Amino acid sequence: MCFKLKVKLFIPCYVDQFYPKVGVATFELLKKLGCEVEYPLNQTCCGQPMANAGFNHLAASCSDLFVENFDGDDYVVCPSGSCVLHVKEHVLENQSAGKLHGRVLELTEFIHDVLGVKDLDAYFPHKVGYLTSCHGQRGLHLSSMSELVVPAYSKPEKLLRSINGLELFFPSNYDECCGFGGTFCVTEEAVSVKMGKDRLTAHLENKVEILTGNDMSCLMHLEGIIRRNNHPIAVMHIAEILNKSLN
Amino acid sequence: MTLSHAENASKFIADESRTDWHNDTLWFIRSKRDKAAHNLPEWELLRDKASAIKENTLNHLSDYLIEFEKNALSNGIKIHWASDGHEHNQILLSILKKNGITKMVKSKSMLTEECHLNEFLEKNNIKVVDTDLGERIVQLRNEMPSHIVLPAIHLKKEDVSITFEKHLDAEKGNHNPVYLTRVARKELRSHFFQSEVALTGVNFAVAETGSIVVCTNEGNADLGVHSANVHIASMGIEKVIPKAKHLSVFLRLLARSATGQPVTTYNSHFTKPLPGKELHVIIVDNGRTRQLAQPDFRGSLKCIRCAACFNTCPVYRRSGGHSYHTAVAGPIGSILSPNIDKKKNADLPFASTLCGSCTNVCPVKIDIHNQLWKWRQQLMKEGYGPVSKSISMKGMAWVLSNPSIYRFAGKFARLVMRLIPSMLGNKYFNPWYKQREMPAPPKESFREWYLKNKN
Repeated sequence: MCFKLKVKLFIPCYVDQFYPKVGVATFELLKKLGCEVEYPLNQTCCGQPMANAGFNHLAASCSDLFVENFDGDDYVVCPSGSCVLHVKEHVLENQSAGKLHGRVLELTEFIHDVLGVKDLDAYFPHKVGYLTSCHGQRGLHLSSMSELVVPAYSKPEKLLRSINGLELFFPSNYDECCGFGGTFCVTEEAVSVKMGKDRLTAHLENKVEILTGNDMSCLMHLEGIIRRNNHPIAVMHIAEILNKSLN
Repeated sequence: MTLSHAENASKFIADESRTDWHNDTLWFIRSKRDKAAHNLPEWELLRDKASAIKENTLNHLSDYLIEFEKNALSNGIKIHWASDGHEHNQILLSILKKNGITKMVKSKSMLTEECHLNEFLEKNNIKVVDTDLGERIVQLRNEMPSHIVLPAIHLKKEDVSITFEKHLDAEKGNHNPVYLTRVARKELRSHFFQSEVALTGVNFAVAETGSIVVCTNEGNADLGVHSANVHIASMGIEKVIPKAKHLSVFLRLLARSATGQPVTTYNSHFTKPLPGKELHVIIVDNGRTRQLAQPDFRGSLKCIRCAACFNTCPVYRRSGGHSYHTAVAGPIGSILSPNIDKKKNADLPFASTLCGSCTNVCPVKIDIHNQLWKWRQQLMKEGYGPVSKSISMKGMAWVLSNPSIYRFAGKFARLVMRLIPSMLGNKYFNPWYKQREMPAPPKESFREWYLKNKN
């Protein structure tokens, strides 16, 4: 792993403010994997919260700011499938940001596709439940989808399964949405929480110690329910597990 | 005033065990669909074909409709054109009046639900009996169907038992489904034999042959049509397909997507009336040409009403069809209904997490979740959202497009959360907090950490 690829870190606003440890893990992990990592200092938010609420027309200056911060030849890597999907579908499509097309990637797809890491020399002896986040899966095709008649694959799963000692668990309907959904989590509070509770039930039955996934927003929603109900499950972003297991 | 989807959903979920039952029942259908789809190696190819045939049909819709009309007329079918639901109902009433008829049977037709036909006929003293078992159950209860394929899926056998006891003199407390089905069958037989008019929907209208195809599992469309003298079939303009051979694509997809069956039990082809009988087809627009003219939403007209998107939708399964307050519920209803009434249905595109599962199960590949997103943009831009939302979004956009203000606001919010946890830890003002803890606010942001530790 002697790459010296230059990478610009795109840290979602809510991760920057509420889960800096996920940003730290992403930063350290990419350095361990041989990248030169830079965090552009004037980044804020990709604009997705406005867009999903129906106000993409107010997000233009967010989009401009994004391009201003990340424009160039380097890869832009982000520990969130959802934010990357928004950037790809709605920020870059309306921008003259030619260089950025195809260069904004979710963390595990960057590790899998660009760095070409298929096997990690890592150790993490825990029972881990995996939460499939929809935008990464159905939007970025990080893994195959249960609805489609196609061969099965999963980039994040491949990475997790290559870690020694890690036991990985999936719920039976493994790619059902957790109910976060951006502003949906408050505007449709009842459905959102019910979906989250149902998602957790399967992981509780599997007696996992840790719940992980590629999107901290989905995990934040489930962590909120876990903490309210004192469930014995810790929540870690996949970057934290990968980073810790490589120590 | 109609309650919003979110308000209705929260009432539905208040009965959690019933919600679980509803969710499991529909997930079972989705699982059956998966099994049926995975048994066909050419499944994705079939979806591509179906989508392409429908794309072609929509591109040449007027040509195919005229071809259908021409061929149907030469078969002896009477063709009527209705620009909206009201016109459809008037045409139907005039056919009934001309024949001096006061009672008719009706097999499943979501279009007539969309046109509020039953209400209209009752006002005009025409008795109408729905003959699809699920539709009959909801009709007796004076409810709307909660699902377009399984109209009474929100009800348990115990509920049906009470309904039949009240309306059909069924034994009190007998919940046996076989018994209940026999009670309904006995009642429906008498209606079939007494009715001189039978109304059906149309699943496919074949332009090339001028015939219509009606798909049912109960055979109720056929029973109605064959014992009546007049058959009236109501169809939306998007039901036309170019050629009979295209049915080999759609019929394979329809039943597998809807219920996991390889094929629907009865696929009945009606080409001409029997001697001495009449066959009418009413072709209805009711907003469809308006939808067709919108590039973002025209794809929704490819829908073949299989309801696979209902069964897969995690929101639908946990909120029930009635929470959508429209004739067609679920994800497809949420992209069709705003076209009918923007104000009334502005909440529906938001009744989704945009997870995208609906798009993946759709047999004609409608990008449902993208259209939900686009409806959100259109409705909010045109001012159909609450003013408070628009103000808060403007505030949010301002903060997020100014890096130093964003950093100050983030720091301030984390400080407040640490010092005065009750600000956001309030179940009345903060819906998040009702059933979830807030994330623990860290002392420093990632950016602050990075500036200290980047080297």
